[in-house]
Amino acid sequence: MARIGSRIAAIAALLVAAAACGGSASPTVQTDVGITSNSILLGNTIAQSGPAAAYGTIGNAELAYFTYLNNTQGGINGRKVTFKILDDAYNPAQTVPLTKQLVEQDKVFAMFSGLGTQDQTSVRDYLNAQKVPQLFVATGATTFMADFSQHPYTIGWQPPYQGEGRIYAKDVLTNHASAKIGVLYQNDDYGQDYLKGLTDGLGSNASMIVDKESYDVTAASTASQLATLKAKGADTLFLFTTPAFTIKSLVIVTALHWEPTIYLNSVSNPQVYMGIAAKAGAALKNVTSVGYIKDPTDPQWANDAGMKLYKTVIANCSTCNVNDGFNIYGVAVAYTMADVLNKAGSNLTRANVMSIAASNLNESNPFLLPGVVVKTTSSDHFPITQEQVITWGGTGWNLQGSLIDERGTIK
Amino acid sequence: MRRLRTLPPRYWLVLVVVLFFIGLPTVIDSFLSGEWAQALVLAIAIMGLNILIGYSGQLSLGHGAFMALGAYTSAILAHRYKMDYLLTIPIAGLLTGVIGFLFGVPALRLSALYLALATFALAVVTPSLIKRPAELTGGVQGIVLLPPDPPQFAKDAFAAVTGMPMTTDQWTYYVTLAWALVLFWLAWNLVRHRAGRAMRALRDGEVAASASGVNIAGYKTLAFGISALYAGIAGSLFGLGSGFVSPDTFPVALSIQLLVGTVVGGLASIPGPLLGGIFAYFLPIESNQWIPTQTWIPAQIVSTVGKAGPAVTYGAVLILVMIFAPNGVVGLVTAGYTRLRRRLRGVPDRETGQMPPDHQTA
Amino acid sequence: MQEFLQQVISGVASGGIFASLALALVLIYNAMGLVNFAQGEMAMMATFIAFTLITRGVSYWIAFPVTLAIAFAGGIAIQRIVIRPVERAPLLTLVIITLGLATLLNGLAGAIFGYVPRSFPSPFSVQTVDILGAFFSFRDLGVITVSAAVLLLIYLLLQRTTVGLTMRAAAHHAEASRLLGVRVSWMLALGWGLASAVGAVSGIMVAPIILLEPNMMQTIIIYAFAAAVLGGIESPLGAVIGGLIVGVTVNLAGAYLPFVGGDLQLAVALAIIIGVLVLKPNGLLGRPTVRRV
Repeated sequence: MARIGSRIAAIAALLVAAAACGGSASPTVQTDVGITSNSILLGNTIAQSGPAAAYGTIGNAELAYFTYLNNTQGGINGRKVTFKILDDAYNPAQTVPLTKQLVEQDKVFAMFSGLGTQDQTSVRDYLNAQKVPQLFVATGATTFMADFSQHPYTIGWQPPYQGEGRIYAKDVLTNHASAKIGVLYQNDDYGQDYLKGLTDGLGSNASMIVDKESYDVTAASTASQLATLKAKGADTLFLFTTPAFTIKSLVIVTALHWEPTIYLNSVSNPQVYMGIAAKAGAALKNVTSVGYIKDPTDPQWANDAGMKLYKTVIANCSTCNVNDGFNIYGVAVAYTMADVLNKAGSNLTRANVMSIAASNLNESNPFLLPGVVVKTTSSDHFPITQEQVITWGGTGWNLQGSLIDERGTIK
Repeated sequence: MRRLRTLPPRYWLVLVVVLFFIGLPTVIDSFLSGEWAQALVLAIAIMGLNILIGYSGQLSLGHGAFMALGAYTSAILAHRYKMDYLLTIPIAGLLTGVIGFLFGVPALRLSALYLALATFALAVVTPSLIKRPAELTGGVQGIVLLPPDPPQFAKDAFAAVTGMPMTTDQWTYYVTLAWALVLFWLAWNLVRHRAGRAMRALRDGEVAASASGVNIAGYKTLAFGISALYAGIAGSLFGLGSGFVSPDTFPVALSIQLLVGTVVGGLASIPGPLLGGIFAYFLPIESNQWIPTQTWIPAQIVSTVGKAGPAVTYGAVLILVMIFAPNGVVGLVTAGYTRLRRRLRGVPDRETGQMPPDHQTA
Repeated sequence: MQEFLQQVISGVASGGIFASLALALVLIYNAMGLVNFAQGEMAMMATFIAFTLITRGVSYWIAFPVTLAIAFAGGIAIQRIVIRPVERAPLLTLVIITLGLATLLNGLAGAIFGYVPRSFPSPFSVQTVDILGAFFSFRDLGVITVSAAVLLLIYLLLQRTTVGLTMRAAAHHAEASRLLGVRVSWMLALGWGLASAVGAVSGIMVAPIILLEPNMMQTIIIYAFAAAVLGGIESPLGAVIGGLIVGVTVNLAGAYLPFVGGDLQLAVALAIIIGVLVLKPNGLLGRPTVRRV
């Protein structure tokens, strides 16, 4: 069986590397599994087929960034990044064996940007037990950042869904203090996390929520839930829904001759989706969201250095649509990953990289909105907590006010 | 000794296969034992499905739901009520078996087509049904299970053979293998004896069977119950191996996977489910890792397969197997073996009655 | 009261979507006594073909009939290539093959077109009509109207033309038909072609509402099954009525039954399927069948 051969080969390679290191006269280089003198091996599981496959392009975008680094700078400190992506079809039953394979057979240095809350939960205990860094998971589920003390080898990246919910709460309290709130949320961790953030953020004003309706992804339509919300008198509607359902809900709201103030979440706000909604008949009046990443279709970034860099980078991916918000997300998080590896310098061990990522990060990222910092400290393990309120202006999103920071509010 | 010598070759084959599976973890990576354990889990569920479809002629496209029931029963008992996981396995199986039996009662009134429809709908609905009683099932967060530590005797025994103590993955493999052996042996006995014959009579002609005195209702519901029991135990073992159960681990794709395995292995056979389980489990894992390394396949096909994932392969396999080899791999092998034996022994050609030409007289 | 009416109207709207696909299911059943699990995926594929034509600059009103023709040909091709070799095989084989086809088509669509949802044009405007304070969008109305038109055409075909009669004869009494010189196999192919075309109509009509993506029909088909089963799997009129009833029931159950709630809508469809099959297996408008020994 090929795997026995490769296992022996891997052990042999390690022995040789160890011997070589031992005999070296240069400054002590600390390395670890998955690191050779000229390469770093990172692993990833992501949905590239099946119902969640639209997210799969994130992995390709990340790969594009690493390719760009390898080609223009020879990698990171002389080591090229190899990124192995495996398709788990969004099913945790696949995530587990694929992750074990990456760790035990391919011997990756770290897992990077794994996608999906249930999927990454399913391997979190294993990776922590093996002390393999589970870096910058591609989900905003708050647990990946809030529960650091129980899982010190796991860290998220994007703003936690609960933090976003809290920002919406702040905005509502400031701008619509007498609102009657109706919430439509998807009945999974995604929707429930957002709802908790909103409710916590409203605090003693939580009674502003007059009704909340949930739906399952197998629903034919959210018309029934929206009709109920309208009938209960809501004049402010929160859509904690995935993109396809957001679009359909926006259309239904207009068809119901209902004009609430609408808040929709950041995953659904890329301009392409708003365009689809408009074409399908949504009026898109009074729509608010938050953002933290630059949108590639937004003309205000046309001459921005970061956006130009993104376009150069994404050209390395032949199947990536440059206007897809998921792609700039991928490039942005890959930038942070490379930054961490760079900071590790010659101390490229799992422990050190994990420590930098979770407790010593302070980065300004060219793909994020100006002013957003990616920052972690020994007491705060939420890399991004700032978002800016945006409102829909008919052809694009307009930034409102300044960045709102939710750092320290989530326990 | 004479009895041993006159045993049909089939029995020797079974012995070899069993020994192979017992010895497997000693020569492969630990995590691969975990994967083989999951393949055996599928094989057990497929064996159950085979009893239903292959032997009693009822079509269920929703056995993923029964696996979910077994898995969650075990997970809840182990996680909430702190029961020893190994103890929960037969409980999960029995509970699922009873529910399956009860399910079989209204199923009696459904024609084959409608049963397929109803069970397919059940498979699609399963994740949302799991999410509902969130207090009990953990809802969308799922239930994280502590990986079992192998008992000391197992660690020592394994170390005596290979020099390294047994790992968790290897232990789950052996637990799964033990259940697989027991369940396959039970199934074999079942189909050899009266229940099996009754079921086959059912499958081949329900009205005729009824006219011959077979208790249709009884055997059909029994088949449902047994197949659900198998699926329940498989689900429970699934949870043991993967350490995590959640609504998304039981999508409709799982029920399709079980069907593919049943069909590919060969309906109404005992070894079929084993082959089917191995095929169905390893296909998605290998397909988009192995295919890109095969340089002789044109790039267009590689990228299509990659993006489509196993769905395209599963679909194509289902169609091709049902058209060209409806009895699955086992059917192909048996047919080939029978043909070969006939030629070697000079049995007259069935259709024409002609003997093959004799070399000495030609 | 107004809210109740809105729930009903919205239910009728989604019911129209279910009905349009259920018509295709009923056609296949009439042609060969089989429920085609791949019907939704075939409809989705046809819609993607229409989409490809439209984005290449073909006008909607040309792309529509062209797509129907392609879908018709495709349905026949599928019957010839995949179904005919196993025509006389037991039901199980056929069901598994249609499932395989569904899986294959879904994977192919994903690989070729990607999973990002897309908008699809509609000949109907996004305006709404006001019914006693409840609102009905013209697009939803359009789906129902077109389904009714298709229903009429199917009825005329099956009940009033020789071809339709031959098709039904071939489906119910294959051997006798053969003896009378009917090319049974080609009748089956015709049935598949027609069903595929009807599915294409459904896909093109509903894509503007539910957004075009490879998984768009995956849950719709379950609701369509419920509709067909409820109405009587042989009856096109039953499919439409069944669709409307399923749509309304699912909405009302979700809105007014707390233990169902918004997230168990599909479970309601499942309950309808099981309930009908256990209590009145032939549905509302179906006729009981006699099994020969």
